Order: sequence, then structure tokens, then C-alpha cells
Amino acid sequence: MKAACWMNKRDVRVEEVPDPKILNSRDAIIRVTSTAICGSDLHLYNGFIPTMEKGDILGHEFMGEVVETGPGLKNKLKVGDRVVVPFPIACGNCTMCQRDLFSCCENSNPNAYIAEKLFGHSPAGLFGYSHMLGGYAGGQAEYARVPFADIGPLKVPDGMTDEQVLFLSDILPTGYMGAEMCNIKRGDIVAVWGAGPVGQFAIASAYLLGAEKVIAIDRFPYRLRMAKEGAGAAETINYEEVSVQEALKEMTGGRGPDACIDAVGMEAHGHGPVYAYDRVKQAMMLESDRPIALREAILACRSGGTVSVIGVYGGLIDKFPMGAIVNRSLTLRSGQTHVHRYMRPLLEHIQRGDIDPTFIITHRLQLDDASEGYSMFSNKQDECMKVVLKT
Amino acid sequence: MTTATQPERQYSGSTREPWDDTGGEMPARNGRETDRTEREGSEDGEGLARALGWFSIGLGLTQIIAPRGLARMIGVRDDEDNRNTMLAIGLRELATGVGILSRPRPAGWVWGRVGGDAMDLALLGTAMKSQNSDKSRVTAATAAVVGVTILDIIAGQRLTHNSLGNGSGSAPGAKTGITHVKQLITVNRSPEEVYTFWRDFENLPLFMEHLESVRVTDDRRSRWKAKAPAGSTVEWEAEITEDRPNELIAWRSVEDADVPNSGSVRFTPAPGDGGTEIMVELRYDPPGGKLGAMVAKLFGEEPNQQVKGDLRRFKQVMELGEVVRSDASIHRTMHPAQPSKKPVSQPPRINGAPVNAEGEIL
Repeated sequence: MKAACWMNKRDVRVEEVPDPKILNSRDAIIRVTSTAICGSDLHLYNGFIPTMEKGDILGHEFMGEVVETGPGLKNKLKVGDRVVVPFPIACGNCTMCQRDLFSCCENSNPNAYIAEKLFGHSPAGLFGYSHMLGGYAGGQAEYARVPFADIGPLKVPDGMTDEQVLFLSDILPTGYMGAEMCNIKRGDIVAVWGAGPVGQFAIASAYLLGAEKVIAIDRFPYRLRMAKEGAGAAETINYEEVSVQEALKEMTGGRGPDACIDAVGMEAHGHGPVYAYDRVKQAMMLESDRPIALREAILACRSGGTVSVIGVYGGLIDKFPMGAIVNRSLTLRSGQTHVHRYMRPLLEHIQRGDIDPTFIITHRLQLDDASEGYSMFSNKQDECMKVVLKT
Repeated sequence: MTTATQPERQYSGSTREPWDDTGGEMPARNGRETDRTEREGSEDGEGLARALGWFSIGLGLTQIIAPRGLARMIGVRDDEDNRNTMLAIGLRELATGVGILSRPRPAGWVWGRVGGDAMDLALLGTAMKSQNSDKSRVTAATAAVVGVTILDIIAGQRLTHNSLGNGSGSAPGAKTGITHVKQLITVNRSPEEVYTFWRDFENLPLFMEHLESVRVTDDRRSRWKAKAPAGSTVEWEAEITEDRPNELIAWRSVEDADVPNSGSVRFTPAPGDGGTEIMVELRYDPPGGKLGAMVAKLFGEEPNQQVKGDLRRFKQVMELGEVVRSDASIHRTMHPAQPSKKPVSQPPRINGAPVNAEGEIL
């Protein structure tokens, strides 16, 4: 089969690889019909996530049709079922899964010993996201093996298109969880750093959860435009034009937003000496992540407010404003998305028309063009927001 | 098979703690971190490498923050070119220092330092020829770099030896010393279930990677066969020294074993409805010679990691009925995360205990 393989930093190629096989009893093999490139795939693309091997198949946002099932699946999933697959691999039987903390599954990472060294304990394995997180082949391929297929994949109701449900695999639940962690109350103002796909869904979700006003922060006018027109943000801040802290004070009567969502993560962009400092430290491996958006969100948040982190961080950060968190009673919340929790309720939101996730799609390519898709998305060419690959 | 309802059984000589058979030979472990292997008499390049790692960071920071002072100290002219060179070297020093300190296996980074040393010596050689430098200071700096290079090479050799599985870098045939391993895991199953599964020693190879088979010969004794490199095997006879249903099993090899070893596993109910906390302790005394080298390889460079991996697989077998596999983990060595070309060697199976009569995974 054909698959998008990570060959090196900024080098993704579509290669001919062997077809997947059933390895565990609850596996299913899916013929992928649609898959997307995620912003977090760009961290792999740019070489910021350790333990990638030449030839690793990428992709954790995918859906398709079941073509083979393992003996342990019983009748929970049948050949021919159309499913969308959550990006964390979760067994459903361990204590974490039973507490609905699916992205912390204790059994799904065969390489837990590597993750443990970096994180203390290991999180769940993920599709196509480094050997540290399992060494599972990803879904940017013609076929994919899905472990624990009785727990993860969501059957797609008849009449819904791939594009309507594809983002249930990751970014829609991720944006939603980012907003949910803010514990939004009536009258709350929420600021979202990063108006990429996850940021867009965080904005829309904050409104679904009752926010009074949502403010989007980015530097690309086309992304801020989409935040307003697509996701419904009330106001936008272009940090290349104005000071974020000043603008936020102006928009919130000087209090600061009640909740701040970091939908940027480890490769944040910024200005001035602090940004240069982070670039240098990251390049020298003295810190793995550049927390520019996170620092800004913490400083901007009103006292007693919540900072919700859904951007991906992989390791260590520097100059973390702990003093602001302690002295102003901030709550810091985070987590890889427990996608399994959110798929069904969000599917219902889509069916009811509360949200139409297709507004973020800007590019539809064939799987063969994955390499072009990565470079376009990474370089923000052609107002690229979201690339969907068809097989 | 022992069941939960059987009364407590104690074998002769088992009133002591299972680890007490050493007559106080093992050091007290109270208050120590649980995640450490204790290898008596083991001295490897790690300590030296760590020191070199910090040295790298210190020197790197000095070169970045105070290039002028350092230039004067080593006797080269303080001009823009030299400052830039200094900055580049400083960045390199920082990167290797962090690499040495943060990597699980720092050998590569230490050899990186050796490469850096060669570069520095070449630069100092150039400085020596230059008319603008203080010859005596450059000579002193060169001597210092030569000294550090020697240390780097020693550390690199020791670490490389270790990662090749020769234990403590000692010559083949030397004793590697008693190894003690202690690991814990929590399994979402009752003490009765996990005890019963473990008590049937013939189940152990399902999750202990290096075990080929265990054959139970009678109520107390069993014959263990472990995989060793190059297709060979190591065998020994073990006896149960203590068996407290749902609480503890302890065993040790009988007297004439090639590799004297003992082990115990404790089962404690986790707080709340959290399943069972399992603590495994293993102790083995690899002999000298070829067999010793083989055993060292068998238990791996990091026996704690090996045992923790076994416990993770035990948890998977208990909670899921089988060992979880990814596209990369089915290979013995590093392999890209893509499906294997070869047919799958181990077809999916639903193992013994946690599966009910209909074959449904519990």
C-alpha cells in the first residue's frame, strides 16, 4: 500500500510499504477514505519530537471502512462499517480508561519505558506519533491497523460525509476539551492563542459552552478572518500589529480574560529578545519547547482565572511564570485529548447543526501529494488552514 | 493450582523473609529509590561522563557569556573572528553537555566530545602558529585540552563497553557481581486473580520476555528455561520457599544452579477499588566466564527496565488477555513504525486466565 512516511526533518514522502496485519485480537484493519494533516504533525515534520525513525508512517486523523476484524472484536465492529478513529490508542480496561482518561491509557504504549524517561510515567500510545509514544503506524496511508477497535472507532451514521465527521478524530474534541477545561460561566470572556484549526474549534466550542465573548490571537490575517467569520470570534488581535497584553486589557475592562486557551504549543512564534532567547535555547537542546504563547496567556489571565493548554508540548520549557500562577490563584489545566469521551456528544452537535466543522478545510489533496501538503501547511502558503488527503 | 480458599502454606526454612537467605550479605535497601539496580562492585563510565557533561555545560556557558576573558586566558587574540569561533564552540559544548546528562545512553555524546576535542586541538594548533597569540598560554590550554581528551576517551570506552553488554566494562570472565532488581506495578484485577495467575509458573513465559518455558515438576519445584544469545538456553531448577495465597510467592534456584537466583512477588490490595499492587524483587549472581557474559546479556544492560517491561506485559495479559503490540514493537531491534514485510510470527491469541468460557476478553 501507499503511505506518507517520515524520512527526515522536513522530508515526508509517499512510499510503497507492506499492508497492515492483525497483531492483537481486538484489532481492525481500516481502508482509509479520508485523512488529515494535523498541526501537531508539523512538530514531527519540523523535527521537534524525539524518537522518530526513518520510514515511520505518519497520521493520526483518519477514517474509513472496516475491511478485517480480529477475533476479539466479536460483533462490536463488522466488515463494511464506516468509522472515524480517535488518535489516542486506549484499551478501555485499565484504571485510566475506566476513569475516562483515555489519553493516559496504561496499556497501549509498548515503548512505555522511553516515554517514562521523559515524562515520569507513560501516556497512551498514539497513531503515527514517534516511537516514544508506541511506534504505531499512522493513518496517512491506504490502510491502517486500529488496536482496541471495539473501544475507539465511532460508527458514522448514514448520510454524513467524511468531511463532516473526520475532525472528530482529534481537532474538534481537542478544541472542545480546551474550552471545557475553562469551566466557562455566563458572562465569561475567553481568549484563544493560535487561530489554527484547533484554535478555531476552541473558539466555536467556547461559545457552545456559553462564553460571552471570545477573542482570537494570531498573526496571519486569513486565520483571524476565519476566526471571525467561521468560528464566530467577537474580536481578534494580530500580535504583529498591537501589544497583546494591552489589547486584552482594553477588551476586558482591564481585568484580563476569565480564561485563556493556548492552542499554539511548543513551536510558538514571537518577537524580540525573549523569542530569540527561546529559539537559541531550543536549537541548543537546552529547552525542547518554546512557550511564548503560554507565558503570555498566564500573564494575561485575570486573577483566579483558568489557563487551558491544548497546544502540544514535548518536554521542558524555560522562564515559566510560576509566580503569576501562585500569587494570582490561576488554575492551569492541560491534557492530550481524551477523544473517546467527546466523539459521540460532538457528533450529536454536528447532527443538530450546532457546529459545522468543514469550515476549516482549505485544501483537498490526494494521498500521493502528502509531501506538498506538509510543506504548504508548514509554510502557511496559499492561506493554508487544513489539508485533507483523499485516498 | 492454588486457589484463594487454600490455607496458608509455609515451607521449611521459610519463616524468614525471602531475602534473608543471604545472611546479611545484601546491603539494607530501606529508603532507597525503588527503581535502581544495585550492582555490587560495578563501576562504569557513567560517573565520569556526568562530570564531563557538567564540565561541557560550564565551559560552554563561559564561552558564550565571557568569550573575551576566556580568549585572554587561553592566550588567543580577542577579535571578532575568535569571538565567533568561541561562540560556536560554546554552543557545541552546551549541546554535548546536555546530551550527556539527559540521554539514557551517553556514549554517543561522549564520543561527540572526543570529536570536539580534536577540533579544539586543531584550532589551538592554528593559534600556536599565529603571531598574535601568547605561546605559553596556548601551550597551557593545549595541555588542558589533551588532558580532557584523555578523560573523554576513557569515558567513551567505558560507556561503549557497557552498552555492548559486557556488564561493568570488565574483561570477559570477571565476575559482574550480585544484581538486585525491584519493580512495582498496579494491575486492575483482584489479588486473588493475579496471585492465581502468577502461582501457575507455567504462565510466566507469557509475559517474561527472556523465559522460554517453565515446567512445574511438583508442588514446590519447577524447571526454568531461559533464552540466551545465539539460540542457546540456560536452565535451572527452582523451588518455592514461601507461598502465602493472594499475598506472596517467593522462590529460589536449587543449590547446583549455574546462575544462583531468587525472587519474590508480593500482592497488596490497592487503595479503594484500585486493583492490586505488585512488587517483584529478583536477585541473581551471574558466574564468571562465558556463561556470566551470556547471563549479563540475558538480563540486559538495564535489568530494572527488563523486569519493568515484564511487569507491564503481565498487566496487559491480566487486563487485556494478551500482550499489546505495535508495528515497531514486534521487532527485536529499532524498526520504522510501518507494517512488517514478514508474516506475523505470533498470531493473535486470547490467553488463559482473563478470558471467560466464551473466549470473551474480560
